[in-house]
Amino acid sequence: MRISTFLASAAAAVLMMGAANAQTVGVTDTSIKIGNTSPYSGPASSYGVIGKTHQAFWEAINAAGGLKMGDGKTRKIEFVSLDDGYSPPKTVEQVRKLVEQEEVAFTFNTLGTPTNSAIHKYMNAKKVPHLFLATGASKWGHPDQYPWTMGFQPTYDVEGAIYAQYALQQVKDPKIAILFQNDDYGKDYRDGFLKSLGDKADKLIVKMLPYEVTDPTVDAQVLEMAASGANVFFNVTIPKFAAQAIKKACEIGWQPLHLLNNVSSSVGATLKPAGLECSKSQGLITAQWLMDPTDPQWKDAAGFKEWSAWMDKNFPGNEKVDVNYVFGYNASTLLKHVLENCKDFSRPGIMGCVANIKDFELPMALPGIKVNTSPTDFYPVQQEQLSKFDGTKWVLFGQLYDASTK
Amino acid sequence: MELFFQLTLAGLAIGSIYACVALAVVMIYQATDHFNFAQGEMAMFSTFIAFTFLTFGAPVWLAAVGAIAISFVAGLIIERVVIKPVENAPILNQIIVFIGMLMILNNMAGWIWEFTIKPFPSLFPSDWGVQSELIGPHHMGVIGLTLIVLFAIFLFFRFTRVGLAMRAAAANPDSARLVGVSVSWMLALGWGLAAGVGAIGGILVAPIVYLDPNMMSGVLLYAFAGALLGGVSSPFGAVMGGMIVGVLENWIGHPALSELLGFKMNELKLTFALMVIVIVLLFKPAGLFGRVVVKRV
Repeated sequence: MRISTFLASAAAAVLMMGAANAQTVGVTDTSIKIGNTSPYSGPASSYGVIGKTHQAFWEAINAAGGLKMGDGKTRKIEFVSLDDGYSPPKTVEQVRKLVEQEEVAFTFNTLGTPTNSAIHKYMNAKKVPHLFLATGASKWGHPDQYPWTMGFQPTYDVEGAIYAQYALQQVKDPKIAILFQNDDYGKDYRDGFLKSLGDKADKLIVKMLPYEVTDPTVDAQVLEMAASGANVFFNVTIPKFAAQAIKKACEIGWQPLHLLNNVSSSVGATLKPAGLECSKSQGLITAQWLMDPTDPQWKDAAGFKEWSAWMDKNFPGNEKVDVNYVFGYNASTLLKHVLENCKDFSRPGIMGCVANIKDFELPMALPGIKVNTSPTDFYPVQQEQLSKFDGTKWVLFGQLYDASTK
Repeated sequence: MELFFQLTLAGLAIGSIYACVALAVVMIYQATDHFNFAQGEMAMFSTFIAFTFLTFGAPVWLAAVGAIAISFVAGLIIERVVIKPVENAPILNQIIVFIGMLMILNNMAGWIWEFTIKPFPSLFPSDWGVQSELIGPHHMGVIGLTLIVLFAIFLFFRFTRVGLAMRAAAANPDSARLVGVSVSWMLALGWGLAAGVGAIGGILVAPIVYLDPNMMSGVLLYAFAGALLGGVSSPFGAVMGGMIVGVLENWIGHPALSELLGFKMNELKLTFALMVIVIVLLFKPAGLFGRVVVKRV
């Protein structure tokens, strides 16, 4: 009885494998189905723009007749994007729906660190590609444990390390204050920074203050850090709090080496609200990898022109200040590149394709930044460059910092 | 010591914003016996209306007055259209309506004005009042204006016929009806006034926290704490409660206290606020300044 059950199920498994080889779930000769979750509602809904950008991107490609893929077939893209409200249990529910009911071939650019953490194991247990996550946490690049998950942007801890090295170089007797958001994102930055300082960390850090997203302001923390006599300020905050901190530091005349995390480096979304004069007088430093759409120095760059024209067509009337449109456009373009060059559309085949990207340049990334992946390197973008704010724009300086060579 | 004063005064300033929102919450609570969970989002929306006037080039005071007037009318309309139909429905229905409004207003604001943060100018000139290193001109103005609003509300309820009618409608609807007060319209008026007061709160908080659709989410929680602490039946209590919560919050967040106690109090700020609510409700259910209302069942 047992043996016959075993045989039957083995036979069924063989049959199913045969079927899978012939046709991957979600992929036909004329279409491919891709899943995504984004926070279209809830506290992180400002990032919903990224999901909207993807939708517009694939709609435009479908309207032009579809995408000619690496196996010679032209397919339309069925992009199914669901709202998870930035709530992890909701993400689990929506992703199950995408995988089990919608039967997508893979998911793409699902947004958020806590939300992706909630589906990390599930995607790998189901062996569904979980691609180019929209989060800078460092845990998405471990192909040995999680062979189906790949990140996208430079990780927060790498960026933290860049700032630490710069502070050690620039300031003779550094007394460092850190303000960080009390969650995975803030701690990733903080830990990367501390690790890079090494043994000296305890001695160099004079204040390390957390804040909660629910706090109305970080004014009290800034007062406290200024009073501690710190001469380096590592500012790990989201745009609203970053603007508050810059403004407050400027108001009370605190002039540290101000290292601003890239998350809040947008001129339009953070520095303008904080006051451009203040931002300039603080001498802000940040590490960048995206072109800031409000930065006039890119207006003649080919990538910017391409993005700008695309925006005018797909989001007419948009002011083009929100860097999320840039982020989404880059991610979608990377996926388009992968699909155009992929010959094997089974799920393992797709993983093989995303783990074999060589020197691809994103349209809206800084000049010189290239996407590279390999079966052991699941961090697509790993280059960043430091820049200083001059009152109207970020001025890049120094060399492109490449974390992959370390 | 200087840091102590700086923290206290900054606490009073942020507390006045909690106070403004708490005041709006209390006004609706007095009229309807319910907490309006959408109060914060209404205030945020009002502030965006002021912001729109500003983009058309209106001076900031005019934009504020315009937004407050529009909010007053909008509050009236919301009561007539959305709240009145569920007036006699079970309490859960009403709460769901409030929460629904919260989400609708939040997403509508994001849809119209986007989610990026926007700078909002202060109502007060930067050379206003006493120049001090301890407190900025805006914070000073916030404290002053909140007290003025409180005083105006006191005068309104104490010395005007409409105010008297509103109090009557809330205290004893049946008798009020018998002497010719339109109770239903008094409720609507309460909503309008609360929306107006909330708008002032929003306009005062925006220069500090920046204007975005989620601006009030943190503020509302502390405002509820303030309203409960001071007493939900007393506008004066709401203002005092808001201020106390603001000052306590700033003290609790201070690392010296954490060092003294040996663990991180800063991360327990919210927990602390909620603990205050629970403790006060245990020992003084009507709040510190609230009257104990005895209801005949």
